[in-house]
Amino acid sequence: MSEIISTIINGLSQGGVYALIALGYTMVYGIAKMLNFAHGDIIMVGSYAAFVVVGMMSSSPFLAIFIAVVVCTALGILVERLAYRPLRGAPSLSVLITAIGVSYLLQSLAQIIFGATPVMVPMFDFKFVDIGGISIKIQSLITLAVCAVVIVLLLFVIKKTKVGRAMVAVSEDRGAAQLMGVNVNRTIAITFAIGSALAALAGIFSLFVSPVTSPTFGALPGIKAFVAAVIGGIGSIPGAAIGGIILGVVEQFALSVPFLSPYADAIVFSILIVVLLVRPTGILGKKQREKV
Amino acid sequence: MKKTKASVRTEVLDKYGRPVDLKEEGMDVQVEAYRIGGGFDLDIKIKKEPPKKHDRPIVLKATGLSIQFGGLKAVDGLDLEIREGELYGLIGPNGAGKTTVFNMLTGIYKPTFGRFFLCGKDLTGKTPLEINREGIARTFQNIRLFNSLTVLENVMVGLNNQVPCTVWSSMFRLPRHMKSEKIARERAHEILRIMGLDEYSDYLAQNLPYGKQRKLEIARALATNPKLLLLDEPAAGMNPNETQELMDTIRFVREKFKVTILLIEHDMKLVSGICENLTVLNFGQILASGDTHEVLNRPEVVKAYLGD
Amino acid sequence: MNKTGLNKVFKNYINYLIIVAIMLVTIPLYFGGILNDSSFVTPNMLTQMAFTIILVMSLNMVVGFLGELSLGHAGFMYVGAYVGGILCCYLYKSGLVVQSTHRLIICMLIGGLAAAIFGFIIGLPALRLRGDYLAIVTLAFGEIVRGILKNTKIDPAEGPLAGLIKNPATGFSLNSSKGKFDGDLFIFAFIVAIVVLFCIQNLMKSKHGRAIQAIKDNEIAARTMGVNITYYKLITFTIAAFFAGVAGALFANYSVVSYAQFSYNYSIEILVMVVLGGMGSLTGSIISSVLLVFINTKLQAVLTGDLASLKYLVYALILIFMMILHSAPKLAGLREKLNWGYVSGKIKGIFGKKTKNVSIVETEVSSNEEN
Repeated sequence: MSEIISTIINGLSQGGVYALIALGYTMVYGIAKMLNFAHGDIIMVGSYAAFVVVGMMSSSPFLAIFIAVVVCTALGILVERLAYRPLRGAPSLSVLITAIGVSYLLQSLAQIIFGATPVMVPMFDFKFVDIGGISIKIQSLITLAVCAVVIVLLLFVIKKTKVGRAMVAVSEDRGAAQLMGVNVNRTIAITFAIGSALAALAGIFSLFVSPVTSPTFGALPGIKAFVAAVIGGIGSIPGAAIGGIILGVVEQFALSVPFLSPYADAIVFSILIVVLLVRPTGILGKKQREKV
Repeated sequence: MKKTKASVRTEVLDKYGRPVDLKEEGMDVQVEAYRIGGGFDLDIKIKKEPPKKHDRPIVLKATGLSIQFGGLKAVDGLDLEIREGELYGLIGPNGAGKTTVFNMLTGIYKPTFGRFFLCGKDLTGKTPLEINREGIARTFQNIRLFNSLTVLENVMVGLNNQVPCTVWSSMFRLPRHMKSEKIARERAHEILRIMGLDEYSDYLAQNLPYGKQRKLEIARALATNPKLLLLDEPAAGMNPNETQELMDTIRFVREKFKVTILLIEHDMKLVSGICENLTVLNFGQILASGDTHEVLNRPEVVKAYLGD
Repeated sequence: MNKTGLNKVFKNYINYLIIVAIMLVTIPLYFGGILNDSSFVTPNMLTQMAFTIILVMSLNMVVGFLGELSLGHAGFMYVGAYVGGILCCYLYKSGLVVQSTHRLIICMLIGGLAAAIFGFIIGLPALRLRGDYLAIVTLAFGEIVRGILKNTKIDPAEGPLAGLIKNPATGFSLNSSKGKFDGDLFIFAFIVAIVVLFCIQNLMKSKHGRAIQAIKDNEIAARTMGVNITYYKLITFTIAAFFAGVAGALFANYSVVSYAQFSYNYSIEILVMVVLGGMGSLTGSIISSVLLVFINTKLQAVLTGDLASLKYLVYALILIFMMILHSAPKLAGLREKLNWGYVSGKIKGIFGKKTKNVSIVETEVSSNEEN
């Protein structure tokens, strides 16, 4: 019984990480109408930023978190400006292929600079706490708490601030928003910035679980988080959180069953295919009608 | 003077030199020729019977056709009855729901209520593919050609269902493939010739000027061998000369391909020039319906168009 | 024959000419002993070129002609390599098929069929999904296939397959005692490439090819013109997967069939070649395959260790620049000058179709969309 509970807790905290990444996907997809394939690789860049601070300069992990967030935010804005903005209004196939190119670019740059061999990024030394006879890693609780705070904050920003309303307007109808005086380019850039900052946090939390990073550090979590975003309903912020949690828990359960564990990734991807076929709009997504 | 009977061949051409079948127009021409000395004496009798409209079978019938988007009733309770060979107009101010009607009739949208029938067959809820095979083809208001294909290939896509040929025989260029390609190519050229586009057959569709793109859309729709042709603002963006030519083309197409035509149009000159009957939509509902000239003079129609 | 007629004939045969020319140059050199494992161009490199041509052309069917992004092409190849490779071993050891050419042909067909079944399955979601979602599904599919094959162990104690796959993750390789093709694989592979070219080119120039391109250009118009979208999407995915499987069966006779070989990266590599050659251009696919395989092999000797990923850096830049060059709305003027012509949904590489220069007076008209 306690095993099941600890699996659930692990799943929740892994799900929190997926949720943070999925938020970036969902916001960018909702507002810029593109699948940012390179989103997972932003996580990887964040982890290497932390590696430079903690591993190479032996500075404080807190500084590492700060630097990672700053670097990723800047990178998010830069990528949007250089690669995606020129293609605004281009066929979606071109944008998607470009995003794949960016993802590839970041991975190969990381490999050239830091090498393919995984490197250690020692963050904090977490202890276990004992709650009702079940020992839980503190980092699981931190991850969940931060995740919850971030989602509440995001919802607040979107509902109550000017920037948030601009985001909603751009996602509903870009042309109309522009006519109403919304700066579309700036709004999309801000969206990328927020998404990338969240990705940096997700990277840090992943390092809490296993303090190792490599050029492909972000690829799989990135894809899985996209799966989470789709399950929750792409474009929906609470949906991203729900999708992330579902995915995290299912994955942890699959990993805890011996004969299923080698197929854990395959199971996650199968869920994606089933969800897309049965309910492509996800749990909380809206249906869109094609204009003729 | 001696008068001997001579035999003559009668052929009536329109102003483009294309033969016209007068029987279709409800007309009959009888020519008697006599040779008188060195000249001829022609006795031409033109009998015109008004087309017996109500004898002709109904091609399209719609009853209570309605569609709702969220809370908005885009089309509400549309009834239509279009008879064979008719040129029928669907008009109304912007946003009245005209294109939505076309989208329902071609299966792109599923009507929320109501049904529609083509030659008595219920097509409500069928897919665009099935509806096209039953015999409804259309053009689009915002031109939707296959831009990476040539003009000829665009028409040949329309012919796809008429030239049976399996993937296998195409892959290995079996005789079946060669034969069906040849037939399709010839038929496509013929349609292009009729539409006056044959000289452009090797151009990419996107490189045609606007007016010709609209014509190509009609040609492509005709290639699917429809019973009912839906034209969505065929004259949009054309100058008066082009519009005049288009009117003749539409009439000619109706004779030549024996299709019934339902068209959406804003150009009142075109509508009153070629449509026999009209339905006026306003806010998704029928405002008026009936004979073109009678409908266009109704005060409520004038009001809807010109405002108070 | 007039000029355009000649042009058309030339266009029909140029693809065959390229492959035949490569064969005409290399085969005599090979038999003359000049082309060998230590020469500038090796038989191994040529084999790789041949199956890469097959792969890139088949992916082009989906990406260039149908206009959908498939990121699981390496997955189809893996299926073909796995099934074809095991079958090769089985047919040889059980003594069912002695002649090595016959054996490889059977393996290619069966490997292709196995991949085609998967292609059909992946085509099913393609009926409901488009664009980004479909791309992710194909990616997921590739990973699922890899995940399953990675963990599938075939190691019966006795029988023809004994000892074939001891460690599923590292895969297996054929050798002369396991039914490997014992001839000049590159010659055979080029002949297969010609056959595949024949099939794909004919199909794309038929009514089926026109329907497939119509779907890419405008799916709604294609539907209302009576094009059976369901059928054509399924058939394109299935046929593309079949040929990827054929390439896989060739691969099993060439190198180690392992989990790591057929990763997502390999799918992207094939995509890069499609994009570089020009979406919808088979000539481009052939030239870019030959070119990139050559450069790759040469660079492999020079770039070792972490520098090897310079290759991926270049790939990434190719993808980004090609896309911006060919699709960025702001560069439309430049493209017009270069006579590339801008077609939404059609992205041309260096060898993409050039549009005919037209002198018809363009009448600019804007139409208001209704509803």
